[in-house]
Amino acid sequence: MADEKKFAGYVCTGCGLGERLDAGQLETTATRDGKMQRCKQHEMLCSAEGVQMIKDDIANDGVTHVMIAACSRRAKVEAFNFTDVALTRANLREGVIWVRPDTDENKETTQEMADDYIRMACAELKSMAKPSASGEQSLNKHILVVGGGITGMTAAIEAAAAGYPVHLVEKSGALGGAVGSYYKVIPTRSPYDAPAENPIPALSEAIEADGNITVHLNSTLTNTDGAPGRFSVDITTESGATETVSIGAIIQASGWKPYDANQLPEFAYGKSQDVVTNHELEALAVAANGGPIKRPSDGKEVQSVCFIQNAGQCSDKDGHLTYFAGVTDLVSIKQAMYFKALNGECDTTILFDNLRTPGAGGEDFYRAGQNAMVTFSKGIASEVIPGDSLTVKFEDKILNEQTEMACDLVVLATGMEPNSGPDPYAQLMVDEAEDEAEKAKAKAMLENAPASILNLQYRQGTDLPHLKNGFTDSHFICFPYETRRTGIYSAGPVRRPMDIQQARDDATGAALKAIQAAENAGLGRAAHPRSGDLSFPSFRKEGCTQCKRCTVECPFGAINEDEEGYPMYNESRCRRCGTCMGACPVRVISFENYSVETVNQQIKNVDIPEEWDEKPRILVLACENDAYPALDQAAQAGVEINPWARVIPVRCLGSVSLSWVTDALNNGFDGIVMMGCRRDDDYQCHFVRGSAMAAERMSKVGDTLETLNLEPERVILHEVAITDVERAPQLINDMAETVEKIGLSPFKF
Amino acid sequence: MSDINTAMIEKYRSSFLKEVEANVEEGEWVKMCMQCGVCSGSCPLGKHWEHPPQEIFMMIRAGKREDVLSSDSMWMCTSCYNCIARCPRGLPITHIMHGLAVYSKRLGLTPKKQPTADFSQIFWDNLMKKGRVNELKLGLSMYFKDGFGQGIKNAMANQKLGQNMMKAKRMNAMEIFGGHSVKDLSGFQKIIKKAQEIEEGNVKDFK
Repeated sequence: MADEKKFAGYVCTGCGLGERLDAGQLETTATRDGKMQRCKQHEMLCSAEGVQMIKDDIANDGVTHVMIAACSRRAKVEAFNFTDVALTRANLREGVIWVRPDTDENKETTQEMADDYIRMACAELKSMAKPSASGEQSLNKHILVVGGGITGMTAAIEAAAAGYPVHLVEKSGALGGAVGSYYKVIPTRSPYDAPAENPIPALSEAIEADGNITVHLNSTLTNTDGAPGRFSVDITTESGATETVSIGAIIQASGWKPYDANQLPEFAYGKSQDVVTNHELEALAVAANGGPIKRPSDGKEVQSVCFIQNAGQCSDKDGHLTYFAGVTDLVSIKQAMYFKALNGECDTTILFDNLRTPGAGGEDFYRAGQNAMVTFSKGIASEVIPGDSLTVKFEDKILNEQTEMACDLVVLATGMEPNSGPDPYAQLMVDEAEDEAEKAKAKAMLENAPASILNLQYRQGTDLPHLKNGFTDSHFICFPYETRRTGIYSAGPVRRPMDIQQARDDATGAALKAIQAAENAGLGRAAHPRSGDLSFPSFRKEGCTQCKRCTVECPFGAINEDEEGYPMYNESRCRRCGTCMGACPVRVISFENYSVETVNQQIKNVDIPEEWDEKPRILVLACENDAYPALDQAAQAGVEINPWARVIPVRCLGSVSLSWVTDALNNGFDGIVMMGCRRDDDYQCHFVRGSAMAAERMSKVGDTLETLNLEPERVILHEVAITDVERAPQLINDMAETVEKIGLSPFKF
Repeated sequence: MSDINTAMIEKYRSSFLKEVEANVEEGEWVKMCMQCGVCSGSCPLGKHWEHPPQEIFMMIRAGKREDVLSSDSMWMCTSCYNCIARCPRGLPITHIMHGLAVYSKRLGLTPKKQPTADFSQIFWDNLMKKGRVNELKLGLSMYFKDGFGQGIKNAMANQKLGQNMMKAKRMNAMEIFGGHSVKDLSGFQKIIKKAQEIEEGNVKDFK
């Protein structure tokens, strides 16, 4: 009974489907061509009644495989949520009737389209199995927080407050990190009119009082093995004592380090003691102990101070940081207000070019600085001349003149650099460098790699991959905290430059993500972006050639290798993108409900009309993350799509097997359009590298076409964004035009 | 250089901004300018200003006292209020410009022959005599402010206009002989005197 498969199809006639299509014929197609053992119609399948009908069939008649022919798989997800069966959806609404005009002459092709989608869905269903967790999952509620600065402390408190025990590891002898040494901080509450008290002491107390948080001072991670839900982590103290803990998910909050101001000789840093960085000024303010701030060289009370904004940051100059720390303008306002509060009538000038004060209270704090008589001058400093009184030479950008000012102290608003581990792909970047300059840069990065922070025992390296400028993230905007290592989240200034409030918000977000990851791992479910997915990849060992392409190309480092070089899947490290599946040259990798076969069957079951019918067929492989939703939106907007197109959603373009392309061409398809997300530098691929991998693999597709004696124009790969509502259908229609121009494929049988 | 000017230089040696805050009407707003330049871009006469408002504010902060106070820029303001309506920081820019003009005049730093300044003085003097503006005399004073020869030329050029105004009873040639005043002239003058006293008192430490 358990092994017996029972296939049932359900055709919805609501939303105009019944009027536009011949439902009787669809039913016949499903049973005769699609080999469904039964097929039922319903006038509104997503209604409680329709859903109940399917539920009853599953419960009473033992239906194991369900094909629903109704709207897009992205619609009515809650209604058609049958977890006990294998499920597929034929997209007749967004895929057919909404993209075709309702006229008599189009009736025939519209019906053909719908019939094909039914055949495809049935064929897919035949080679699918119900996804279920691997059984290797385990729930471990312990969260490991790496770094005891404000981010780590907040993350620990937040996770503990949610009932998850925390191990907080700090390499120094005290909690607090960079913020711990600050005199005061940027205000985070209305009215944002003065620097606020340092929050670290209160946080330290909270952590001390929290029985759910174990603090490991003077400690580092010497070994991190396993996967979400079953990380095994060695925490080693300075003295060498090691404790091994079992962890569900990890938050890396290793913070930042100040930019090395010795690279700014033009500002006399290092030549004069009275030129300090913003980071160093905090110590002077603390040392002043409530009295006037004194300058380092001779202890004179500072009567005039000049802040130079963007010192060594936001600049293309050699050795400078190309990016902006985001927070340093607010920091300078805060520090200028120290002088106004502690040094009375001290003249404070902030030399800025672009003053940026982000955050809810940023603008108010800026006004507060102005109100306190801090002088803001739009100017670019070029030089600081040391002396008893320092001379700052600058270009006044408003008065358009070269001028100078004298002051007792110069503060350089320098940037933040991430305190991240070595980039696991540094070697790859050297290998793939396109020119010598790039190669030299990559080499320098590899040679100057910092010590490992996580010491991961992963096939793909010991630490989190970098995104840009050494920051560890996978996408600043779309997937914050998500790194390219599942179950390990980065938070705070190691992820991107940020201020205290942002770091604390970050910490809270990452804590929730980590909790989610631990819980998901306990259920065997995928994390973002296929959250909740139970399917996982497995491979047929007897077919595997140990080529290692899957272990190398997995964007998330999910696959290790065993001693013989076979892949070792770590289900809870996997994001279910299928990039391994697309990589495998011998096609042995598959998911229960998504495999080379499920797509191949769809391709093979499209009805290919004879050549003289002059009805071409265009295969569209659309990424389910951006391209497919764009097509759905196009349908909602009533944008027309060519009737020859047959769209198959794929998990990621990275999962596309070259065999689908060759098989489709051999089956008589006239054109193939592949739609993935934007790749490479400013990628939008939800699986980071999938789209790029696909582009690389498909770059060789021309050879395949040549061997088949086909025109290269027949296969095209596009980058499509979710907003390309007009463009995505146009790309399909363009292919139809191309086919018309170059003629039908000769491979029609 | 006037005594008062010398006194002010002495007093605010270090900060022109502070001097402006203390002595210029609405001067305390100058520090709140964020240098966006919307005022300068919005001013319909902006291109005729030597230093548009944004620049004036920056010059005040940079301590360019002489340049600001002897500039004729703030005299160019026609009080259209475009800048006030558009300033994202809500600075009363028009008022600050008038405040600066008044202050520069008090210190005797207004450029010579600045037409707006001249007209303002003529208008004021005219008004003070009878408590109302004597248009005939105001017109004639304006004609002759640059000398007798130029005055005759101006008068000839506007001859037709003057005649038409007289025909339409818009102007009375008899007004040249004294002209009529408000009902209680001495009362009016007392009001003005009192107002001036109050205003002087409002300007901090201004002697």
